[in-house]
Amino acid sequence: MINKVWDSFESAVSDVKDGDSVMIGGFGSSGFPLQLIEALRQHGARDLTVISNNAGVGDEGIASLLKDRLVRKIVCSFPRSAGSVWFERLYEEGAIELELVPQGTLAERIRAAGAGIGGFYTPTGYGTRLAEGKETKVIDGRGYVLETALPADVALIKAQRADAWGNLIYNTAGRNFNPPMATAATLTVAEVERVEAVGDLDPECIVTPGIFVDRVVAQKEWRNDAA
Amino acid sequence: MMRLKPAEIAERVAQDIPDGAYVNLGIGMPTMVANYVSDDRQVIYQSENGILGVGPAPAPGEEDPDLINAGKQFVTLLPGGAYFDNAESFAMMRGGHLDLAVLGAFQVSEKGDLANWATNNDTYPPAVGGAMDLAVGAKQVFVIMSHTTKSGEPKILESCNYPLTGAAVVKRIYTDLAVLDVTDDGLRVRQLHGDNTFDEVQALTGATLLPAQN
Repeated sequence: MINKVWDSFESAVSDVKDGDSVMIGGFGSSGFPLQLIEALRQHGARDLTVISNNAGVGDEGIASLLKDRLVRKIVCSFPRSAGSVWFERLYEEGAIELELVPQGTLAERIRAAGAGIGGFYTPTGYGTRLAEGKETKVIDGRGYVLETALPADVALIKAQRADAWGNLIYNTAGRNFNPPMATAATLTVAEVERVEAVGDLDPECIVTPGIFVDRVVAQKEWRNDAA
Repeated sequence: MMRLKPAEIAERVAQDIPDGAYVNLGIGMPTMVANYVSDDRQVIYQSENGILGVGPAPAPGEEDPDLINAGKQFVTLLPGGAYFDNAESFAMMRGGHLDLAVLGAFQVSEKGDLANWATNNDTYPPAVGGAMDLAVGAKQVFVIMSHTTKSGEPKILESCNYPLTGAAVVKRIYTDLAVLDVTDDGLRVRQLHGDNTFDEVQALTGATLLPAQN
């Protein structure tokens, strides 16, 4: 019997190792696996490379990993926003490495990793500072930049509904980076609002098929033990 | 000189958005454009985080915490709208499916080079988001901005001295003083606001302007 449902966030992230690369779904304030991130923070693996669109705001979510100095490097498109105090502090100290990637290139590098594509030529960033040092090519008169696939050891993602096979359905714009990240990591763990019986999710509406998902954990009442 | 207020520049941009267009509005002043598109036109707004058919802000208490736009404001979905992931959202842009992007800018060059993601202050961490993808991906890029900096320095230049977002991507520039087209011949005045004269606008522009045709 296939049953990918785990009963705790703590156990679902307990084998994340020091030095791992960790994708974290979410955009702005939407679609973040906050309880998985909190479990990862408490687990305490260090020297992480975090791949996510943003670098966290306030003290919660990705910012809590930065605050505990568990992150060596962040790969993202928009690290700086109102309230990104921990990222800015570590950046100023030289305590965190930043790889800045245009948002669409970030998404496509993740998609490529999940689809077995080694790299791709994109017009995004051609002729700009973010293409410096990268191979370029002119195709049919237009300039392109070679970007390589971006895989990860672990993906922590957020969906709304799941079943025991790991099929996932999302909520509105909370989908964002979660589906491509689900495909691109060795271990994909999904935080979901509820788990339904196998067969109850409409197969026409499943966004992430379960083959991409290793573990599913249903949310409990949110408790922040650090607070 | 006649200087339009930001809302008035947004209103001017809105006049040029065609019925049926798929449009991405950047964060800040560009977002205001949607307020002025007349009701006889149906425009479908894309938000880069994965929404087509972005509707107005929800009523207080009706917010869906996941349903935000690129500026992290709560929005709604219009009937007929759709959600999709970020890889598909940017495929939509780079694939040339969006008719128009309206973006803000620090600087624009006479060749249509756009600089809107970084200044020359290296101590400040940079952020780029979707700006570079939009700049190269949308069929047309309009820029909406003030004609000069707060201290009166030109923002329209022969070449940008801030890092580029995209090279030769801007089609039209809407400022508080004028509307300019980026053409193969150079920057051509499309419209002078109020009774602004060509010479007055030229004096506040760091590139040579061509007079309006017709």
